[in-house]
Amino acid sequence: MEALQKSAREALENHKAKVIIGYSEGSGGRMRPIFVQSPAEAEKLTWNDRCTQNLAVYIAKPEVQKLGKPALVAPLPVLRAVLQLASENQIKEGDLLVLALSDGRVTELSQFSEMEEFVAKTPTHLASKDQEAIERLEKMTPQERWQYWQSELTRCFKCYACRAACPMCYCSRCTVECNQPQWIPVPAHPLGNWEWHLMRAMHLAGRCVSCGACGDACPLDIPIHLLTMKVEADIHREFGSQAGMKVQSEHALSSFKVQDKENFII
Amino acid sequence: MSEFEPKIVAFVCNWCTYAGADLTGTSRIKYAPNVRIVRFPCTGRIDFMLLLKAFSQGADGIIVSGCHPNDCHYTSGNFHARRRWMAFRNLAEFMGIEVERIQFSWVSAAEGAKWADLVNSTVNRVRELGPYDAYRQMAASSWQ
Amino acid sequence: MQKRSIRRAQINVLLEKLLSLHQVIYAPQKLGNQVDFAPLRDLQDLTLDHIQTVRSAKAALFPPVEELLRYQRAGVETELQDRDLTNLAEQVLFGTRPCDAAAIAPLSAVFTTDDQDAIFARRLERTTVISVSCERSDGDCFCTSVGVGPGDSRGSDLLLTRLQDDEYLAEILTAKGEALLQLAPELFGPEPAESKEAHLAKVQKRFDWEALHDKLAGAFDHPFWLRTALACLGCGACAYVCPVCSCFDIQDEGSQKKGRRLRSWDSCGLALFTLHASGHNPRSIQSQRWRQRMMHKFSYMPDQLQQLGCVGCGRCSRACPADMNLIEQVENFLFA
Repeated sequence: MEALQKSAREALENHKAKVIIGYSEGSGGRMRPIFVQSPAEAEKLTWNDRCTQNLAVYIAKPEVQKLGKPALVAPLPVLRAVLQLASENQIKEGDLLVLALSDGRVTELSQFSEMEEFVAKTPTHLASKDQEAIERLEKMTPQERWQYWQSELTRCFKCYACRAACPMCYCSRCTVECNQPQWIPVPAHPLGNWEWHLMRAMHLAGRCVSCGACGDACPLDIPIHLLTMKVEADIHREFGSQAGMKVQSEHALSSFKVQDKENFII
Repeated sequence: MSEFEPKIVAFVCNWCTYAGADLTGTSRIKYAPNVRIVRFPCTGRIDFMLLLKAFSQGADGIIVSGCHPNDCHYTSGNFHARRRWMAFRNLAEFMGIEVERIQFSWVSAAEGAKWADLVNSTVNRVRELGPYDAYRQMAASSWQ
Repeated sequence: MQKRSIRRAQINVLLEKLLSLHQVIYAPQKLGNQVDFAPLRDLQDLTLDHIQTVRSAKAALFPPVEELLRYQRAGVETELQDRDLTNLAEQVLFGTRPCDAAAIAPLSAVFTTDDQDAIFARRLERTTVISVSCERSDGDCFCTSVGVGPGDSRGSDLLLTRLQDDEYLAEILTAKGEALLQLAPELFGPEPAESKEAHLAKVQKRFDWEALHDKLAGAFDHPFWLRTALACLGCGACAYVCPVCSCFDIQDEGSQKKGRRLRSWDSCGLALFTLHASGHNPRSIQSQRWRQRMMHKFSYMPDQLQQLGCVGCGRCSRACPADMNLIEQVENFLFA
C-alpha cells in the first residue's frame, strides 16, 4: 500500500501524470474509484481483493480526460484493458501512465512495450469460481442451460451497469441505441434482455479481457460475465489469440486463417 | 407431429449459394419447399442477430450458406464469417439455444444438387426436432 | 386507526388466506445472495430478517415493462385498443419497509398530478400495503434525514412492528387495512401494552433536506457536480432500484399493421435519455446527468409536486458499481 501511495505521489510530483485514477475505501465495505490530483491525497489510495472495478473504463470519459494525463492503478485486468484499448486505437503511446500491481509490488510503466512484457509474465487464467461456474454450465444439458439463462436474464431490468462498467464498451452509440429500425428491443422483457446480453457478449468477442467488472457491477447479481468469459475462452482455444496482450495484434474476429476450424460447416 | 412442417430460413450469399439455389431450380431438381431464402451480398454481412430474429419470429431451423473458402467474391468475407459463426455457435450452445437447428454450409454456384441435399437434410433434421417452441414462447411471453 | 397484535405464525396464515383468494403477494425472498421482492409462491421463501431488499417494490405499481395500448390497421383507419384494466389482479405488497411505503406518495404524484394515469391509478387502487417496521438499519439508510422513520405508517394499510420474539404490533391504518382485519379477525389479538418505539431501528439523521433543497436552488452551475460525478459510470442502476424514480420511455413494437405501445423504465443517468434527434444532447456529460438526479429528487419534485423525491432507503448507494454514496454526496455538497 505504501509503495503504491509513494509511486502515485512521485508521479504527481514529477509531473509524469496529472491525475492518479485508483481505488480507495468507500462506504459500507465497498471500494470507490478516486481521482487523486494532489500528492497529499495519495494516502487515500489502496488496493485489495475487493477492487473489482476496471478503472480503464474512465479513460474514455470526457470529464476525466479534461483533468490531464492519467496514471492508472492497474491490477492485471486494468493493464490488459489498456493494451486492448491501445490495439483498438483508442489510446496512443504516452497518453497515460500505468502503476502496475503484482505481488504487492508497484511498477511504473509508460511504454506499451513495457506493459506487454509485464502482462506476458503474469498468468491470465480465469478466477477459479468463474472457471468452475462455466464448467458447471457446460456439463448441463442444453435444456438446463436454456432454463438457467432464461431465469437469470429474465430478471435483468436493463440498467446497463454491465455496459457502463466495461472498459471495452466505449462506443458513443451502442447497438441498443440504434433505433431506425430498433434492432434490440428497448424494454426489459424476456426477448429484449436475451438479445441484449447475447449481442453484448458477441460484440465483446475477441475483445473481452475477462476482468468480470460487468458481473460485479450488476445490481441483481446476474452472472453475465460468464458469457463474455466463455466466448473469450473459446476464441483463445480455437484461434490462439487473447485480448489485451499485445498492441500490434490482429483482432480475433477481424482476421482469419485459411485453416481455421470448420468441422461444423457442411 | 406428422403434420408439422418446419419453417426454415436460409441466409445465403448472392454470389455462390443464391446462384447455386437458382441452379437447383433451373436443373429441375425437386427439394423440400420449407425454406425461405434471404439473399445477402456476402456471408460476411450475415449478422448473428438475424439468426436470433428468425427464431423469435417463428423459424424452426436456419441455414447459413455462402461461397466455399477461397471462393469469396470479396476474397475473405466467408473467412471472417466462419470465425464469427464459431464464436456465435459456441455462445448460443452455452446459452442453451438448440444449435442443431442451425446449419452452416458452403454451396457454390455450381452445386445445385448440394443445395437440394442441404435443404432436404436440414428439413428432415428439424422435422425430427419438432417446432422450436421454447424460443418462440420466450419471444411470445415478451409480446403478451 | 386501531392497534392489535398478531403472531408470526398467524401472519403466515393471513398470507396463505390471501394467496388462496388469488391475490398476488410481492414479498421479500432470498434469491442467491440477495433479498429481493418477487411474487410469493411458497411461504417458506419469505424472509423478514433482512435490512433492505435490492429492488424496491415499485415494480408492482410501475412495472419495468408495461403495455399501454394495441394498434391495428383496418383499411385506411388505425384501430386503437386501450389496455384492459378490468383484469388487473388484486395485489398485496408485503414486507415493504416504511420507506418503501412512504415512496408511494411521490410516485403517485408523478402519475396522478394534472393528468391521471389510468393504469397506475387502477393498480394502486387494487394494491394493499402491509409494511414491516425496521428493527435494524445499516450505514446506507438515511430515512430520518428525509422526513421518514423506521416505524412510519404513511403509505401503509397495515403496519407490523415486531415487539418481541414472534409477537407483532399490528396498526390498522386504512379501510384496506380494516378489510384485512375483517378477512380473518380471529388471527389478531388485542392491542399490546407495549409501544413500538423501543423496538425500532435507530437511524441517525445525517443531513437536513430543507437546507439541501434551499442550497440546490442556486447550485445549477456549481463546480461541485463536475468534481463529484467523476466516478459516475452513467448506468441506470440507482434509478432502477429507487422506489421513487419514475422516468420512462415509450416504445412501439410490431409492424405498420399491428403492434403495441409499451412503457418501459428509463433513467436520467443514461446518455440517450436526453439525446435529441438532431444529435444534440443538452446533458452532454455525466456530471450534468448526476446533477439532474439530485436536482430532480431534492429540488424540482418538492417545488413542483410538493413531494420529496427520496425516502432514504439507501438502495442507490448499495447498488452503485462506483460507490457514489448518496449520503456522502449530499454531505459534501452541503459543505461545498
